[in-house]
Amino acid sequence: MQTFFLATSLVILLAVLLSLYRVIKGPTIIDRIIGVNVIGTKTIAVILLTGFLFERVEFFIDIAFVYALINFIGTLTLSKYFERKGVEHGRVT
Amino acid sequence: MMAIAVVLVSSGAFFLLMGAIGLLRFPDFYTRMHAAGKCDTLGSLLVLTGLACSEGLALTSVKILVMALFIFVTSPTAAHAVVRAAHRNGLAFWTNEEAR
Repeated sequence: MQTFFLATSLVILLAVLLSLYRVIKGPTIIDRIIGVNVIGTKTIAVILLTGFLFERVEFFIDIAFVYALINFIGTLTLSKYFERKGVEHGRVT
Repeated sequence: MMAIAVVLVSSGAFFLLMGAIGLLRFPDFYTRMHAAGKCDTLGSLLVLTGLACSEGLALTSVKILVMALFIFVTSPTAAHAVVRAAHRNGLAFWTNEEAR
């Protein structure tokens, strides 16, 4: 079972790497925000899988809760900010 | 119980990987959002439910299910807010002429 959890977290980390390309290379700022949101959602799953690997789920689940809250509030704040400021002005190359 | 957990967690990892590939490969912001928002929500729901199944009936599995409910509410909300910001600022749609 531990091997299965390790393999699953490695697959999810591969997906995180693929999303990181969109964060670095994305044409507009909105693409970067979406990439960060996707990475944060995958990170919650990876944190829980790490807790199952170390058999300390009851500690890791609180960290995952806090991470979910930070991910949601951060994405919402960034999207509200750039909705007012304009998407094209946030272009960073 | 373990078999259900293995099936749920591996299908959730599959959905997460497919969402990341769609985020990488689609040509437009809106189509990328289509891949990322839905695959991400479903993938995390499947992974969290599978982990709760593998834990059995305990306090931690209830916590994991509450977190799955939280993600089920907040992830589409965040996706909607981001797409609304893009649409209000007039980000152009992808058309087929650009591919030729």
